[in-house]
Amino acid sequence: MSKADAANGPSARYLEWLRQERRGRLTVRLAQLGLLVVFLVLWEVLPRLNLINPLFTSYPSTIWPTFLEMLHATPQQASILAHTWSTVVATVVGFTAAMVLGVAIAAALWWWPKLYKVLDPYLVVANAMPKTAFVPIFYIWLGATLSIYGMSLAISLFITVLMIYSGFQGIDPNKIKLAQTFGATKGQILTKVILPGSVPTLIAALKVNAGLSLVGVIVGEFQSATLGLGYLIQYGSQIFKMNIVMTAITILAIVSSLMYLAIYWLETAVMKRR
Amino acid sequence: MPGAGGASPKVELRDVGLRYFGLEGETEALKGISLSVAPGEFVAIIGQSGCGKSTLLSLIAGILQPTEGQVLVDGQAVTGPSRKIGYMLQQDYLFEWRTILENAVLGAEIQGADMRKARERATQLLTRYGLGQFLNHLPRQLSGGMRQRVALARTLCTEPDVVLLDEPFSALDSQTRIALADEITDILRREGKTAILVTHDIGEAVSMSERVVVLSRRPGRVKTEHAIAFASAGGTRPAPFAARNAPEFNGYFNALWKELEVHVEG
Repeated sequence: MSKADAANGPSARYLEWLRQERRGRLTVRLAQLGLLVVFLVLWEVLPRLNLINPLFTSYPSTIWPTFLEMLHATPQQASILAHTWSTVVATVVGFTAAMVLGVAIAAALWWWPKLYKVLDPYLVVANAMPKTAFVPIFYIWLGATLSIYGMSLAISLFITVLMIYSGFQGIDPNKIKLAQTFGATKGQILTKVILPGSVPTLIAALKVNAGLSLVGVIVGEFQSATLGLGYLIQYGSQIFKMNIVMTAITILAIVSSLMYLAIYWLETAVMKRR
Repeated sequence: MPGAGGASPKVELRDVGLRYFGLEGETEALKGISLSVAPGEFVAIIGQSGCGKSTLLSLIAGILQPTEGQVLVDGQAVTGPSRKIGYMLQQDYLFEWRTILENAVLGAEIQGADMRKARERATQLLTRYGLGQFLNHLPRQLSGGMRQRVALARTLCTEPDVVLLDEPFSALDSQTRIALADEITDILRREGKTAILVTHDIGEAVSMSERVVVLSRRPGRVKTEHAIAFASAGGTRPAPFAARNAPEFNGYFNALWKELEVHVEG
C-alpha cells in the first residue's frame, strides 16, 4: 500500500496541507508588512491633516531627502555616515568588551565559589541600578570618547555576568563528574565541559547584549559626543529639526535589525552542530 | 569465597566509612565496608536506593575520599582518579556538542594520551559495537542503547583494568537493557576486565555477576555476599539472558529478594 503511494508521489491531501501551510506563512508576512505600512501612512497623513503637530513628528517622506542631504559633510556637521559609523564602532566595542569581560568574570566566580558568595549581592544590586545615572559622572571621569564606551559596557556587563554564571551553574553536574572520573583538572573541566556546554547561554547573552550596548552608546552620546547618532538626536531636538531626529532614529532601527540578523545567523550556524 | 583466593585482590576496601557533613549535622553514608574483588571477577552490589551504592563506586574511583578506612587498587591506596579505573555512570552523559568519535576519546584527551592512537582505538571499539557508520554523527542522532554503547567505548578507550558500572542500564527501556547487559558482560569478560556493578535490579545482578554483595540500609554496610554459579550450564558462565532461564536463577533471585527487605509502601 504505502509503496504504491510513494510511487504515485505525495498524496492529494498532503499537497493540500502543504498549500495551506504556505498560505499561512504568506498571511503572516503580509500582516507584518501591512502593519508597517499602516504605521507609516498614519505618520505621514495625521500631521498633514494637522491632527497632530508636524513640528513634533516630522514626516516619514522627509527621511530619505534628509538622509541624502546629510550625506555631505559641512564645516559644522560631519556626514551622517560618519555619525552612524561612530555609533556602530562604539556599540561593537562595548558589546565585545562586555562579552569578553563577562565570560572572564563568570569563569572567575565559578572557579572561586567563595568569591561568588561574597560578590553576589553587589552584582545583583549593580545590575538593578539605573546605570544611566552615571552618564554625567562617566563624562567627568573618562572624557568624551571613553565615557561612551564605558556607559555601553556598564549597561551590559552585569547582566552578562549574571546570565553566563547561571549558565555555568546549569551544566549537568554529572557531566563534570564524568570528566572527573578521567582525572580532569579544574582547568580541563572549564575548557572541555563548562565553556562548550554554555554556548547556548553565550548566544542568549549576545542577544541581550547587542541591544543593551546600543542603549549605552546612545545615552552616552547624548551627554558627551560631537559625533554619533545619539548626538544627532540630541542636536536635532535642540534646534527643533525633527527630520534629523527621525532620520537618526530610523538608521538606529536599521542598525539594530542588522545586529539582530547577524546574531541570528551566528546562532543558526552554531546550533547546527547540536 | 572468590576474591579471597590465592591471587592478591585487584580492588580492596578495608573497613571503609564515609560521612557527609552538612549544617544540619553529619550523615553516615557508609560504615565499616570491607570487600575484596579478584582480578577478572564480576561483582554486583545491590541495595535499596539511598544506601550508598553509588558513593561506594565514587570512593573506588577516587572521586571521593573515605573518612575512615582505606581503598586499595593493586595494593596501592587510592588518592585520586586513576587510569586503572573506568567508570560508567547511570546515563551516557555524552557531550551534545561533540561527535560520537570525539565523545569516545574524551577520556584519552583529558588524560593527555596519544590522540592518534586513542582515535584508532575508539574507532575500533565503536566499529565492534556496530557504530562504525556513526563516528561523525552527533549524540542526539542516536538511540538510547547506541548512546550507552558509545559511553562504554569512551570508558574502555582509556584501557582501564577495572570497570565500575553504576546502574548503567537504568535509563534504557527493558528490552534494550537486557540486550545491552548481554553485550557489555560479554565485552568485559572477553577483555578480562574486573567489573563492579551497582544496581537495585536483582535480576540484573544475578544474571551478570559471579558474586552479589548486599548492602544494608543507610548507613550502608555489607550485609551478606552470595556466590552465583550456574552448574546447569556446565563449566562455562552463561550470558545474562541465558542465565535468566537457568534453573538456579529463581533460587538466587528469591534469596536476594528476602535480603533486600523490599517493602512496597502504599
